[in-house]
Amino acid sequence: MDPTSLQEPLVIAGRTFQSRLLVGTGKFSSAATMRRAADACAAEIVTVALRRVDLDNPQDDMLGALAGGRFLILPNTSGARDADEAIRLARMARAAGLEPWIKLEVTPDPRWLLPDPMETLRAAEVLVKDGFVVMPYIQADPVLARRLEEVGCATVMPLGAPIGSNKGVRTRDSIQIILEGASVPVVVDAGLGAPSHAAEAMEMGASAVLVNTAIATARDPVEMARAFRLAVESGRAAWRAGLPGARESAEASSPLTGFLR
Amino acid sequence: MKLVVNGKERVFEGPATLTGLIAALGLDASTLVVEHNGELVRREDHGSRLLREGDRLELVRFVGGG
Repeated sequence: MDPTSLQEPLVIAGRTFQSRLLVGTGKFSSAATMRRAADACAAEIVTVALRRVDLDNPQDDMLGALAGGRFLILPNTSGARDADEAIRLARMARAAGLEPWIKLEVTPDPRWLLPDPMETLRAAEVLVKDGFVVMPYIQADPVLARRLEEVGCATVMPLGAPIGSNKGVRTRDSIQIILEGASVPVVVDAGLGAPSHAAEAMEMGASAVLVNTAIATARDPVEMARAFRLAVESGRAAWRAGLPGARESAEASSPLTGFLR
Repeated sequence: MKLVVNGKERVFEGPATLTGLIAALGLDASTLVVEHNGELVRREDHGSRLLREGDRLELVRFVGGG
């Protein structure tokens, strides 16, 4: 185990995690590849979705592929178009015997999959009262992040860019404001398409990142998972070390005296 | 007996319990979440849950997701 991460674990709702990389389990070519990738990046929190069984073609359950791992299974409410649908999905996940943790997603528009802030807040209030550890997926809106924190959410999960877009931290300035004000962990979720994007979020001071598409759809998902792990650790270490700010002009690294002239 | 399962009407031998339906569909009950007429049914109650003509069932389970 990496000694720096042990010094300063990620704590969500009182639970301690050594890994600051959360991974999604969608879009992998097989469940076995997903499992190897999750193991390769030492993820401790993995997300899953709930869907109707296809009665004409029942496939294996994703939980089977995660069995025997040290994972906290974090079900999402993907597919929910409003608060009521999200609440229903959360309760179904809990009924399946999972711990009452939920990644709250309310995305009414399938083209952009952007979260509905009002419905997300409404669902969060109900689910927190119902005993869930609520991790809401949100637009990078600092005011909304504060409101969600006030109703008892365990984290906030602002998006870097639309889900699956691989565009990186396009919401950088707003995430910076969220990071300044938040007293719960900030998990940058969605749109991180390369390890450098994950490192950027971590360098900014994000508590963790969640990655799915960039790992699952890589030519070699297991190697990409490892690359993301290194990037997250690197970015976190850089944040801890304290990045010097950018300058408008040059500042010599070598002494400006004693020239041979 | 007609039931609406995951939005589609299906005919089953009746009367039946939820456990019987899950077995008839060839599904693994241990990974399934079931809503019966909008109400979540705990796994330990599957055997005692009786199904009636026209009942609506949702059978869901976990798949890959982000």
